[in-house]
Amino acid sequence: MSVLVDRETRLVVTGITGREGTFHATNNKNYGTQVVAGVTPGKGGQDVNGIPVFNTVAESVDKAGANTAMIFVPPRFAADSILEAADAGIRLIVAITEGIPAHDELRVYTQLKRNPDVRLVGPNCPGILSPGKASVGIIPASFFKQGNVGVVSRSGTLTYQIGNELAQRGFGNSSIVGIGGDPVPGSSFIDVIELFQNDPETELIVMSGEIGGSAEEEAAEYIAANVTKPVVAYIAGFTAPEGKTMGHAGAIVSGTAGTARAKAEALEAKGVRVGRTPTETAELAMEILGK
Amino acid sequence: MDLLEYQGKQLFARHGIPVPTGKPAKTVEDAVAAADEIGYPCVVKAQVLIGGRGKAGGVKLAKDRAEATQYATDILGMDIKGFTVHEVWIEGASQIAEEYYASIVFDRAAKAPLVMLSTQGGMDIEEVAEKTPEALARLHVDPLLGFQDFHGRKLAFAAGIPADLIRPVGAMLSKLYATFVAEEAMLIEVNPLIITADRDVVALDAKVTLDGNSLYRHPQNAELRDPSAEDPQEQMAHERGLTYVKLDGDIGILGNGAGLVMSTLDVVGLAGGSAANFLDAGGGSKSDAIVSAVEVILSDPKVRAVLFNIFGGITRCDEVAKGLIEAYGIINPTVPFVVRLDGTNDVEGRKLLADANLPNVATATTMNEAAEKVVALAKTGVAA
Repeated sequence: MSVLVDRETRLVVTGITGREGTFHATNNKNYGTQVVAGVTPGKGGQDVNGIPVFNTVAESVDKAGANTAMIFVPPRFAADSILEAADAGIRLIVAITEGIPAHDELRVYTQLKRNPDVRLVGPNCPGILSPGKASVGIIPASFFKQGNVGVVSRSGTLTYQIGNELAQRGFGNSSIVGIGGDPVPGSSFIDVIELFQNDPETELIVMSGEIGGSAEEEAAEYIAANVTKPVVAYIAGFTAPEGKTMGHAGAIVSGTAGTARAKAEALEAKGVRVGRTPTETAELAMEILGK
Repeated sequence: MDLLEYQGKQLFARHGIPVPTGKPAKTVEDAVAAADEIGYPCVVKAQVLIGGRGKAGGVKLAKDRAEATQYATDILGMDIKGFTVHEVWIEGASQIAEEYYASIVFDRAAKAPLVMLSTQGGMDIEEVAEKTPEALARLHVDPLLGFQDFHGRKLAFAAGIPADLIRPVGAMLSKLYATFVAEEAMLIEVNPLIITADRDVVALDAKVTLDGNSLYRHPQNAELRDPSAEDPQEQMAHERGLTYVKLDGDIGILGNGAGLVMSTLDVVGLAGGSAANFLDAGGGSKSDAIVSAVEVILSDPKVRAVLFNIFGGITRCDEVAKGLIEAYGIINPTVPFVVRLDGTNDVEGRKLLADANLPNVATATTMNEAAEKVVALAKTGVAA
């Protein structure tokens, strides 16, 4: 088992004819993901490395049976593309695009919440990888193998760093889910941790958070009340100054809110062990799984 | 992006929100001319992106031309908590009967705009919220519905606003909300929102933060960015399209991906060092971006050693190595470098570096080892 993406995934990529869209759609296909369609309005009828291109997401659902969408269009078109995918009946939307205006994200989030069947992961995220099954996004899949550790993270490269440390110690992953670094992520830590809790293959959950917002604190409460599997956490940004956006739009300490220390303390208070470095986090995982 | 007070007021004025008449000035002559035009008494206000201006002596009431000259001379060039005052705002003195507080915050946790109102304006609102939470009326607005008139009344009654002001204050909140949405703000705060002797509602202050990601839709706001207020390295990085934040330490940092760079700063801190900057070279960085980044990092005279921490995903380690080699050809750095390359094409990248045999460049295989090496080098200044 795994979460969100697997061999049943039938992916449509919006923005597939762009340089990045073509590159990553092709990578995902080469990994073994069923990439059944791409969408670029006005370019319907073309194909990209054997992937048929349609004018609308609805057409890709009707004609190619797409059930998952990956959003790869530029920021100014991304909110529209996400809403189009939801309207076409897509149930899992993975938005890679970085730089979407926050008010667009707010409108999209509020609209999608009205349909509990639709799940958005991202935006500004590296996507989802279920090793050996499917890769949707830009995670460098070759570093990871199938296994029992579920990873959920706000950051891309930090996920690879922690994942690689786990891999060096012999661990594989059920799934790796990047929820993204924006202020209004479509899926939260809680949403993904709930999936891992219910996934029989996942035996340990690693969550990687960072400064800004209160998603880690909320996850701490949720874990204490609902999660029986061990959870190990890492938080980035202990040395980040107040009031500066550290790369990710959502990574900002405002006054005393959103600090790494407060997040680590909230998690530890609920029995979640927090590594001070990516290496220590992998070591904690190793200790718990007894390898 | 944070706006100066007067920029916020000009933004308010465009949306029909009453603000005192005023003019910005960068020199004493311009300030006095503005004061003459506006009339006395008038207020001379330092324009800096930091709170506590009044306590620092950056806000003064001038009753005549001599005082206006004196205060403009004192305030221009003044240092307020590390921010130099380059500009003052001269505005007509207001007749204040009441000082209220109003704000709209992009509430990430609730995923909705949060509108707040209190009759206890003019003071630290966090203190009000802590000591007398009932004095701060709060309401979340459904972003797809928008702010309704009844929301305004609900907040005004909850805050204990006098009956004759319920509608005018509600109308003010409605205009602030419209501004928040139209300009795509992350924060709008008015403290104080005043009631004049004539019972008019006026925004006497304006604290506005705009969403940097939406500026392409607001060219007029994009022009408000004030390069003179920025640190020289941050300005240089901005012009080159790099994500850079200046910090206080002496170890220059370059990494790929915001989370990994933040983590690198922490690991350097744990090793006993202190980072000079945050620099995310981004995904898929090519060698020219690396050259550009090295130039920005080294333009900070405090930097005594530099750490490259790369975990290659889309970014290829050989491209990073090429960039560093090119940078050495162009700028001949005098401080030591520690380079950690892991991930995509790491073997090729390390070989390129070994073959180039750059002076003062050490390599490391793990993040922790790299951090320890660079901290030691920042102290001694020589690579092993």
